[in-house]
Amino acid sequence: MLELRHISYAAADEDGEKEILNDISLAVSERFVAITGPNGGGKSTLARIIAGIIKPTSGSIILDGEDITGLGVTERARKGISFAFQQPVRFKGITVYDLLRLASGRKLTVGEACDYLSRVGMCARDYVNREVNASLSGGELKRIEIATILARGTKLSIFDEPEAGIDLWSFSNLINVFEKMYEEINGSILIISHQERILEIADKIVVIAAGRISEQGPKDEILPRLMGGAGACGRLAAV
Amino acid sequence: MALDKIQRDLLAEIADLHGVPEGAYNIRSDGKLEGRNTTANIDIVTKGDKPGIDIYVKPGTKNESVHIPVIIEQSGLKDLVYNDFHIGEGADVTIIAGCGINNCGNQDSQHDGIHSFYLDRNARLKYVEKHYADGDGKGGKIMNPTTHIELGEGAYMEMDTTQIKGVDSTERVTTAKLGERATLIVREKLMTHGEQTSHSEFTIDLDGDDSSANVISRGVARDKSRQVLVLRINGNARCYGHSECDNIVMDESYVQAIPEITANSVEASLVHEAAIGKIAGEQITKLMTLGLTEAEAEEQIVAGFLK
Repeated sequence: MLELRHISYAAADEDGEKEILNDISLAVSERFVAITGPNGGGKSTLARIIAGIIKPTSGSIILDGEDITGLGVTERARKGISFAFQQPVRFKGITVYDLLRLASGRKLTVGEACDYLSRVGMCARDYVNREVNASLSGGELKRIEIATILARGTKLSIFDEPEAGIDLWSFSNLINVFEKMYEEINGSILIISHQERILEIADKIVVIAAGRISEQGPKDEILPRLMGGAGACGRLAAV
Repeated sequence: MALDKIQRDLLAEIADLHGVPEGAYNIRSDGKLEGRNTTANIDIVTKGDKPGIDIYVKPGTKNESVHIPVIIEQSGLKDLVYNDFHIGEGADVTIIAGCGINNCGNQDSQHDGIHSFYLDRNARLKYVEKHYADGDGKGGKIMNPTTHIELGEGAYMEMDTTQIKGVDSTERVTTAKLGERATLIVREKLMTHGEQTSHSEFTIDLDGDDSSANVISRGVARDKSRQVLVLRINGNARCYGHSECDNIVMDESYVQAIPEITANSVEASLVHEAAIGKIAGEQITKLMTLGLTEAEAEEQIVAGFLK
């Protein structure tokens, strides 16, 4: 279980310090927790703080009872945190297979690598030896990124807007991937998303706006509020 | 021919050889001939006027290979060798060269290999060259390869050169002249570390109509090493030339890339691309989120880049 206690984060800008996150406290014990909210609200910053890429200004992060606030990216990864980037990184010379092998942290057979790719809807044979470079499209990179998280199979998997940069056709496949992941996962999924269909899979929804949690609760309670009322379109658009 | 352990290790590094190769070969060790084999189609002849060999590949020879490794263990040896390759019309062969130096002494060991390639009409050649050095002596390990290439009408040559480890100083000169419809593809991979220096200079003349050249150089400079790369392509006819250098700089290293493309014909089409930079921080971060340490992440990125 992941617990965030009073997390705040401020970054320097031209006017001095800008507050990005303010006193976020949150427990992730459910299988599938979705974080949503307006752009610029601090969601991606929070995900990067959990992965250890950004250090919070104050507050603490507890994983299974252990305070991991002082640990770096590598140590947190080894303790079971996976993080799928919103904009996947490209590498010259590193193949899809290499990346999956590094992600799995073991000797991975080509067959196993292909299995992870198939699960994200990719024709594995066409991709396994491709380089993770600029020759791949944004949508392909995105799916490879998700496959690396599957290959890691850790107890906490964080996805930062997996739908961003994916075309509509790929998106419906992506929903299937997350539905299946929900069935199979032994830990928790924490996903940042604006997509109603992803929010629908969630057990719990957390809304972050202007650096604070504005509401959180079971999906059945929060989702109708996000969607409901006369201003439904307006509200979801704002989310 | 019996090889000792150091000789076997050097051969494995530079030529992926685990023992005596099949087919034609000429193994030179500490400036002397260690072993040679010729075949019905490939002859190897010692030069009379200067150190080195002439290698003759008969026209039409297909799917044969020639190994010509050089190994140096003697500290203080300066080895100069001229190797000329004559590839007959329509032949299609692979030549694997390489130089390994193991210098445990305190004097410089040096190998200057001067290789000339003459490809007749429609001949095809894949030339693979690997340089490697080790040994814990204070003596320098120096390699200065000079490569001269002449491609006849319709000839095709691929040249893969790799220098990944241990060579303290290298001055590499490559010149090429391409006839009508000839094609040259060069892939160079280079890693320098410590206080090593490398200077590599290519001059490619595209003399024949419809000739083309593609030169791709990838380098990684670590520690306080220095790399200078000159890529010069002269388009003297209706031709296509492309050169690309891509370098990673690390630590306190220095890299200079000097592209030079000249059109001496209005029909010449020439492109140059060059990029120098450090490893992107987000690449390291990504691999760290997979559980690698920062050092392991760097190692993977460099290994992939030079693969």
